[in-house]
Amino acid sequence: MNVLADFYAAHSKLIDQVGIDALLALSLSISLQAGQLALAQAAFMGVAAYISAVLALNAHWTLLPAMLVATLCSTIVAGLLALPVRRLRGIFLAIATIAFGEIVRIVANNLAISGGAEGLSGIPPDATTPWIYGTLVIVSTGLWFFSRTKFALAIALVREDESAARGVGVDVGLVRFTTLAIGGAIAGLAGALYAHSNFFITPADFGFGRMEQILVWCVIGGITSPLGAAIGAALLTILPEAIRALADYRDFVNGIILLVVVLFAPRGLAGIRLGKRR
Amino acid sequence: MTAALELDRVTIRYGGVRALADASLEVLPGRVLGLIGPNGAGKTTLINATTGIVPLTSGRVTLGGRRISGLAPHLVARAGIARTYQNIRLFGALDVFANLSAGAFARPGRLDAAHANNLLERAGIAHVDLDARAGALPYGDQRRLEIARALAAEPAIVMLDEPAAGMNPTETAHLVETIRAIAASGIGVLLIEHDMSLVRAACDRVVVLNFGEVIATGTPAEVVADPAVIEAYLGTESV
Amino acid sequence: MVGQQLVNGLFLGAVYALFAIGYTLVFGVLDILNLAHAAIFMLAAFATWSLLGAGLPFWLAAPIAIAGAGVLGIVLDRIAFAPLRRRAAPNLIPLISSIGMAIIFGAIARGIYGPDERQFALAFLQTPPLHAGPLTFTIVQLVILGSAIAFMLGLAWVMRATALGRAIRAVAEDRVAAALLGIDLERTIGATFFIASALGGLAGILTALQYNSVQIDMGGQIELKGLAVIVLGGMGSITGAVIGGFVIGMVETLAVAFGLSEWRDAISYGVMFLILIVRPTGLFGKRSLRTA
Repeated sequence: MNVLADFYAAHSKLIDQVGIDALLALSLSISLQAGQLALAQAAFMGVAAYISAVLALNAHWTLLPAMLVATLCSTIVAGLLALPVRRLRGIFLAIATIAFGEIVRIVANNLAISGGAEGLSGIPPDATTPWIYGTLVIVSTGLWFFSRTKFALAIALVREDESAARGVGVDVGLVRFTTLAIGGAIAGLAGALYAHSNFFITPADFGFGRMEQILVWCVIGGITSPLGAAIGAALLTILPEAIRALADYRDFVNGIILLVVVLFAPRGLAGIRLGKRR
Repeated sequence: MTAALELDRVTIRYGGVRALADASLEVLPGRVLGLIGPNGAGKTTLINATTGIVPLTSGRVTLGGRRISGLAPHLVARAGIARTYQNIRLFGALDVFANLSAGAFARPGRLDAAHANNLLERAGIAHVDLDARAGALPYGDQRRLEIARALAAEPAIVMLDEPAAGMNPTETAHLVETIRAIAASGIGVLLIEHDMSLVRAACDRVVVLNFGEVIATGTPAEVVADPAVIEAYLGTESV
Repeated sequence: MVGQQLVNGLFLGAVYALFAIGYTLVFGVLDILNLAHAAIFMLAAFATWSLLGAGLPFWLAAPIAIAGAGVLGIVLDRIAFAPLRRRAAPNLIPLISSIGMAIIFGAIARGIYGPDERQFALAFLQTPPLHAGPLTFTIVQLVILGSAIAFMLGLAWVMRATALGRAIRAVAEDRVAAALLGIDLERTIGATFFIASALGGLAGILTALQYNSVQIDMGGQIELKGLAVIVLGGMGSITGAVIGGFVIGMVETLAVAFGLSEWRDAISYGVMFLILIVRPTGLFGKRSLRTA
């Protein structure tokens, strides 16, 4: 037991980070499973992080209610985004969601309530490891049950061939909307937890760089496998830390791994195929 | 459920092109209606119009008396119309069982293995493994899997878009049996085909399209002898 | 004063246009978004700095860096995109592959140069601004505008008057037909990457000159702004990239002039978002929306 306790004490920050990263990867993987390259997870995360932080700092809310309200907000934002982009596919959807993400970041950068470019600090660190992993377990379990429903089949059909999916009665628009909303919710949870486990948040935390990182985890883990995405996140968060000598080359290693996976194992570690037909 | 599919003076115009003009036809439950015509005559447009992919300029499409023209494609499917595609559109990366489950998507409840195997049997591919990847199946089996997927929806109407493409005469003869069996189970079948031997053997009635217009209706024998039809095909061996 | 702002907008727009042409060339030919473009933008600026430090004069260092950027573009294609072409992968995979290369390029740059900002020790950067009537501009700005126009004209000439240009346009139009006509696809694609990356590198050098700053993350903003430009101009259209670049440059400069500087970027991204919703093909893009 002491060994575990010591390990935890030495690496608790990292362990927390992995948990949050896994949630983020899960949130993106849902959209990717539907074949939607909707790259706004970082923005959803940011919305929830800020709302949760503001509630905690200004209104002294405790973690759970703040997290729930923040997640509700990020889900609504995701749902709102789904409407204007409903006709977009592929690269166009990706770019539109990237633009959206940037706008959110700039808004956070300019408003007084979000602390401007300096962000917010002094957020009570209520999101301890049990909170993070508890959330991860609940979300994962929920997704596991979800994967057994007909809706999950519909998601796969939309990914594989939208037109044929319509031909068997799948409401493609509803599937896309729902996956985006679910992604917004999970990213929201991650965002709130992030805010309450780092003492401060700034708009830069939720920009395109973060979004690229989440995408990389999903690709490496296997785009259409939530488990794979989570593993990808864990792997790429831990690896540079675990191998001290690699710490300086963290990004280089990330890039190489990404390239190797894309070129030689495009199905990712979980072995599922990327890409779909219209 | 059984219901008749009726196209009533359907016209489709887009961008100055008149793809379908005043086309009317009826697919009755338990009967097979063939749809033939030279390439570009509007056959696929007609199917796309029926399934809601292409909007009608005028006219209407009804199923069992209920109007389905103007409905979104997934609602048309749920109303009881299933189809196969000229270029196979299976969910290739998924397994056979998943493809059949997809076909049954709009039906309440879930498909079970027994029912799935039954569908494969009706489509003439009882030997295919439920776990096989759909995209890895031989071409002929893929075509039949599409048929099985369409049957999984328990539709009122099945539309087959050139199901015999790429098949040899033996396979085509086998396909005739499959199609007649589908009709015998109460489903109305619309068959688009170029292979006249298949059309003659499988269809009760035939509609001939040319330049978007219906130029002849009747039994296969009547239609083949129709001078307007012969002129439309002018020299094509298949007639 | 509006006139001055418009002039400033020209310089910003010129750089945006150059960078965006790089995006649009690759997209036009391969239907791929090359997210390593901004990394080459940055590397060219650093290469110039290094060459200057080694004693080369600017008029030698810059062209060498630009050519080097072009070569790097070919290398990028060979490593990250060509293998995927052989495999006929869906278009989202090359996008991710380009992200991998961008990360690697960035890591290499960080490894060599570290995170600190560098500056060009160039005499002409210190010269006082010139005046033409009520308008003010610096030598740097003239260099920017001058070289941008020169390269764009050069590109136009290549695209219209050379066999290579015809080949590129053919491949962009229909890759299969182009191959059937005997066009060497791989060579044409390689040449496209050379041109696109050279222009991106030029944009990087000009940006570094404008702000007299070379830094690892200098490509961060233009990477996304470039997307706004090609969305506005139409993805795959060079004319669109040029016009779009100048329009976005003007819009941003005017936004700052009207006191909206903090929202300047949001306006560009907002325009981008709106266009994607309303008219995804932009001003001059391909008629139908391709599924990427």
